[in-house]
Amino acid sequence: MTIARLVLWRLLQAVPVLLLVAALAFALEMVAGDPVTASLGPDATAAQRAAAVAQLGLDDPLPLRYLRFVGAALRGDLGVSTRLARPVGGLIAERLPATVELAGVAFVLSLAIGIGGGAYAAVRRRARSTRLLLLASLFGVSLPTFLTGTLLILIFAATLRVLPSFGRGEVVALGGWTTGLLTGSGWAALVLPALTLAAFQSALLLRLVRDGMIVALDSEFVRFARARGLSHGVVLRHALANALTPVVAAAAVQLGTLVAFSVVTETVFQWPGLGQLLVESVATADEPVIAAYLMLVALLFVAINLAADLLCLAIDPRLRVAPAGGA
Amino acid sequence: MTLLAVEDLVIEVPGGRAVDGASFTIEPGEVLGVIGESGAGKSLTGAAVIGLLPAGARMSAGRILLDGERIDDLHEEDWEDLRGKRISAMFQDPATALDPLRCIGAQLNETLNAHHPMIEKVRRERVGDWLDAVGLPRERMRAYPHELSGGMRQRLALALALCPAPELLVADEPTTALDAPLRVQVAALMRRLAGRQRTAVLLISHDLHTVAAAADRVAVMYAGRIVESGPAEAVLRAPAHPYTAALLAGLPGVGPRRARLPAIPGAMPLPGTRPDGCAFHPRCARVAPRCRREAPTLAPGTAACFYPLTAQAAHG
Repeated sequence: MTIARLVLWRLLQAVPVLLLVAALAFALEMVAGDPVTASLGPDATAAQRAAAVAQLGLDDPLPLRYLRFVGAALRGDLGVSTRLARPVGGLIAERLPATVELAGVAFVLSLAIGIGGGAYAAVRRRARSTRLLLLASLFGVSLPTFLTGTLLILIFAATLRVLPSFGRGEVVALGGWTTGLLTGSGWAALVLPALTLAAFQSALLLRLVRDGMIVALDSEFVRFARARGLSHGVVLRHALANALTPVVAAAAVQLGTLVAFSVVTETVFQWPGLGQLLVESVATADEPVIAAYLMLVALLFVAINLAADLLCLAIDPRLRVAPAGGA
Repeated sequence: MTLLAVEDLVIEVPGGRAVDGASFTIEPGEVLGVIGESGAGKSLTGAAVIGLLPAGARMSAGRILLDGERIDDLHEEDWEDLRGKRISAMFQDPATALDPLRCIGAQLNETLNAHHPMIEKVRRERVGDWLDAVGLPRERMRAYPHELSGGMRQRLALALALCPAPELLVADEPTTALDAPLRVQVAALMRRLAGRQRTAVLLISHDLHTVAAAADRVAVMYAGRIVESGPAEAVLRAPAHPYTAALLAGLPGVGPRRARLPAIPGAMPLPGTRPDGCAFHPRCARVAPRCRREAPTLAPGTAACFYPLTAQAAHG
């Protein structure tokens, strides 16, 4: 079946991508970094260093070491943080919930604003409210994230004092997952960072949806649907479905970006997520963490893009006849 | 009683008047073919009748009456009640006229349901009946538009436009995008299905074969005006207006061989550049001084010409 073939094909395509990213991570961790000094400290004797080199297998040829690195990563062994002396996997698992919740809420927010606002701007093309909306979206796409975040803090945290400016609030542990979505202070803490992270994304989506919707509304099939008396609401719904097909791919990249590059937002709001972990790790040259982050982000992008492809297939029957991997 | 009356219709586009005082009527169940070159104002006239003028075009004078009631000044909400049920339309390009995301059965089902709510089982039967009527196998109910050929898509569009059982169908170049052999076939199918439910048709086409295959009566449009009208057979066999004759002459198999003229020299005037007198005079082989000064008018069943090819009122 075509869909099964497409999934298989995309997974096969993902393998070299992931291997390449792993090679970069490996280069960063094993070659650019100095695992011996990292594990023994700068004061080790030559004999200690030689023993460590032998024990870590650092004498082996590079390809062998690379394979060993990939094998360990596949088993979930991502090395040990040089800064915190703890397994990297555990560190990431600890920080992941904060970032996923922040990115998830920001994503839902940007979908709601982007699709709702974009459709409105297309339907009420000349309304004053539409011009206002487009002006706001222009700010959204042009203001840098750190500025948006700082402005929001200035207004809502420093001046009005209605929302916290940093941290995650109270969190509840559910198994290995900590969530801020079950407490009032958790939600309050989430508002400003989620708005900040969503600002750019929703403005971009709004413009994409608006353009697609304008094309759809002017298309022949909408004209024909109106000519045979389908109601305004029904026609709008079909036009929106057609306008959204090309947006799905863009939105998927957005979601990946939200998770991967929440770095700035997390720094501004001191949000205890992956972005902040990355910043701390870069500052202290904690290569194993940086390498693991790199691979995680690559995996995330592959998974999200696959999901987007499947979603497009579900929406648009025209794509289902194309040969797998074809145009 | 007259079903549709278009009176002195004027449609302005940037640049000038694209339709400049067109008048015609359609009786219940009648098929009126409107012919003429591209740019004559045929499609804009059809768009005004269905209330879907494109952005930039504006009806600035005249009246459009359906069953004696004005429809040209309706609000969009009132149009929604009218469209489908009383006036429906289909357009030129079957490739883009259908929603690409939904199967054809769902689109028929939805259109039927919008106008004649009925229980699901009956409705599914009706969807099948309509597919039968336009020669698509019932089993293809779940097919998507891109899986159909151009001819099949246009036949489906015909079913979609006719299934609400409107009193009037505006068919704007319904066969133009099809291969020549399919044109007559689709035109004849349209005539048969519309006739079956007494739907009148405003058939707009520059393809004379299409019009010959479907129309009871013909109106010839030139530079935004009707220049000749009459029974299809009479007009196509013995045109009175030199323009009609010139149109027919360009066509093998339709029209009088003896009246064959060379290809029409020159081009139709653009909106805003209509010459004084008869708009056709710069291109007319029979032009006389009077044609340059005075604009001829159209009396019912005749041609708007001072020197017609056949006797005035020949079409009755």
